[in-house]
Amino acid sequence: MGLVWTFLVVAAVATAAFTGSVAALTGAIAESAGKAVTVSIGLVGVLTLWLGLMKVAEEAGLVTQVARLVRPLMRRLFPEVPADHPALGSMVLNLSANLLGLGNAATPFGVRAMQELETLNPRKGVATDAQALFAAMNTASLQLVPATVIALRAGAGSRAPAEILGATLVASACGVVVAVLVSKLLARLRIGDSP
Amino acid sequence: MKLLLDTLSTWAVPLLVAGIPLYALTRKVNVYAAFLEGARGGFETGIRIVPPLTAVLVALGMLRASGALDGVARALAPLLDPLGVPASVLPLMVIRPLSGGAALGVVGDVLRSEGPDSYAGRLVSVMCGSTETTFYVLAVYFGAAGITRYRHALPAALLADLAGMTAAVVVVRLLFGG
Repeated sequence: MGLVWTFLVVAAVATAAFTGSVAALTGAIAESAGKAVTVSIGLVGVLTLWLGLMKVAEEAGLVTQVARLVRPLMRRLFPEVPADHPALGSMVLNLSANLLGLGNAATPFGVRAMQELETLNPRKGVATDAQALFAAMNTASLQLVPATVIALRAGAGSRAPAEILGATLVASACGVVVAVLVSKLLARLRIGDSP
Repeated sequence: MKLLLDTLSTWAVPLLVAGIPLYALTRKVNVYAAFLEGARGGFETGIRIVPPLTAVLVALGMLRASGALDGVARALAPLLDPLGVPASVLPLMVIRPLSGGAALGVVGDVLRSEGPDSYAGRLVSVMCGSTETTFYVLAVYFGAAGITRYRHALPAALLADLAGMTAAVVVVRLLFGG
């Protein structure tokens, strides 16, 4: 990540020098740094609420039951995670919340899943195959109801704001399939194993 | 179908917030104590996300301000136009993995200028709904777990974005016509 990050920053400064927008950079740097804190702090509320509710669900045995429903699929996707590991339950909750378009709840579940997967990690700080796959699946975002987009379409006066539901589902399913295939392939090739 | 999905997404959160404690009570769980125990990690996790998110958002903010993203979009336009991606949609493809807010801005612009029921309008809607703000998701999830080396997660995630957007073009053309 150090390589990617440095490249992005250097590319930005080089382009700015070229386009004559160096002055704008200074403002953007301070503004973005401030935004990172606002976004993180903004997450604290939903993180706290859903991590609390999740603990309640866990003690009631709900998380294990939900995880059991899709265990065959999860075992194939994440073979290195033990069958009864709490990470599986968190991952299932995260993926279901994403599917329903409940972004607020999905993030805490995903964060928790990632932390639980880290307990299985022999090389702390270096993503495991399971963590990389789980992250890639999340960025592909399979969802039934893209609520924000539908609201924007309705606001712009669309005759059928929700007519894009089916197309969105198919497109995001393609994204998830590619995320899984590419992650599995790259994991096997051990590409990116060096920093 | 649409009504069912709408109802589902409207009711899901309130039902979960009420249903989980109710079910736990019937299982004789000490609901309040369990809630507080789980919730305790929320603040710490939020704070833990600050450093990685700062790094990622600063880099992306710089890229936007430098005009690099617009440059990439302009350079790609002649290549992608014959493939069914209008020039007005291209900025979305470049910015979608980088910034959720900016992506919604582009979607709003296209919906206003070309109409939500135009080809471009439908295409931006499907593209935006079927992908995620990849860099943000990676920064938050990996940041919370203290991961600094992403290995193949970034290329896999970006290829998935590309696949989702390509599929969006194909599906929108098939379903609604170009």
